[in-house]
Amino acid sequence: MKPPTFGYSRPESVAQAVSLLAARGPDAKVLAGGQSLMPLLNLRLAAPGHLVDINRLAELAYVSVSGGQVTIGALARHNDVLRDPLAVAAQPLLGQALALVAHPVIRNRGTTVGSIVHADPAGEMTAVLALLEGSVRLVSVAGERLASAEDFFLGPLESDVRAGELATEVLLPELPSGAGCAFTEVSRRHGDYAVCGVAALVELGPQGEVSGARAAYLSVGPVPVVLDLTEACGGVSLVSLATAGTPDFAQAGRLAMARLQPGDDIHATAAYRRHLAGVLTERALAGAFAHARERAWLSLP
Amino acid sequence: MAEPALKDTDMKDSGLFDIVLVVNGTSYALAVPARRLLSDCLRHDLRLTGTHVGCEHGVCGACTVLIDGVAVRSCLMLAVSADNSSITTVEGLAGRDGKLSPVQQAFADCHGLQCGFCTPGFLTTITAALAEDPDPTPEQAREIIGGNLCRCTGYQNIVQAVLRAAELITQTR
Repeated sequence: MKPPTFGYSRPESVAQAVSLLAARGPDAKVLAGGQSLMPLLNLRLAAPGHLVDINRLAELAYVSVSGGQVTIGALARHNDVLRDPLAVAAQPLLGQALALVAHPVIRNRGTTVGSIVHADPAGEMTAVLALLEGSVRLVSVAGERLASAEDFFLGPLESDVRAGELATEVLLPELPSGAGCAFTEVSRRHGDYAVCGVAALVELGPQGEVSGARAAYLSVGPVPVVLDLTEACGGVSLVSLATAGTPDFAQAGRLAMARLQPGDDIHATAAYRRHLAGVLTERALAGAFAHARERAWLSLP
Repeated sequence: MAEPALKDTDMKDSGLFDIVLVVNGTSYALAVPARRLLSDCLRHDLRLTGTHVGCEHGVCGACTVLIDGVAVRSCLMLAVSADNSSITTVEGLAGRDGKLSPVQQAFADCHGLQCGFCTPGFLTTITAALAEDPDPTPEQAREIIGGNLCRCTGYQNIVQAVLRAAELITQTR
């Protein structure tokens, strides 16, 4: 179908953009890459009165790494981030997740910040922000604030971007040394929304033991769900790996299944989703553990 | 704040927006409503019906065009957002003498199409991908076309066509 009618403006600066958003109030919607908003408009699932097109704001087209943080501007396309060697080296979860975001042509246009603001609980980048406990910078005519990941996702397709605010950048911490990450998901076809997905972060202690294990889940709730699974990884270490051959994260998988409350939809039953969450938790933690081990070896003198 | 005021054409609640699109090397001045999709602008306003519209929500890939050399879905872009950009549609792939481009030739050689509905999107997507990396592996060839749907071919011949096009491009260098 075709989009409904709307007013349109195309500001040339962030200052212009936020003054337009202030003037139009809650009826205005920001258009960035449009790879989520345009389908909603075409399907008439959204009908904003006014679109503020930020595609001319070259000042927001950046990806930078400094001070232990990766900063992604609101006009950086997914592929700009994926192809930024410094950003994906500083936070490898970005590269692992972005490779699963739709298809290359969608990533040419869609923006990483837009994907996070869109707050789809099936979206990979929302899980990345939640797992890494990143933050979103929101600018308005009244000033700016930094929203933490914990407070940012309110519900399906609902984030804490208030009327008059523009999300200008997302800040993510670098992956610490001694830590590893992995992203795995099951979708009906490669590039589709995941039926279930897991992003995992594993930290190794001084003796090679798992000192921290966290996972973020896609498509199992109204917002990305983060679980701390450290208590279920007690027996796993580089030493146990030497004898057992493979790390055993089965207990963590069972813990995740017990804690999650997935729902039914046309793609999967709640029981199947819970099963997937268990299996994918094991796989993602094993992947993150292997990644941490690899990075520990690389950092040896 | 001393910001330059927005031009009338850059902010409206209704009416038409004046835009300029350079399509396949020809410049067009148009007046379009904000809601006009780029795909519809190409097909209806410019009568360039080679760009096909399948799903209209970004899933099928049939409407893919190149904007400043980058492959994008024209059904997920407003024409007004494309103002002042240079667009290549499937009509712009062949030479002015009608000689098929390497990707088009490869589709003919490998029987990479049957009904042809999806073909414009495949041709533009593959053209952009091979301009970036002219030597894909079979696995990369599948990744390149992962966002395009074809209901006829079973994809095998299209994957072959990607690899054949890469050969043709390398040979002509």
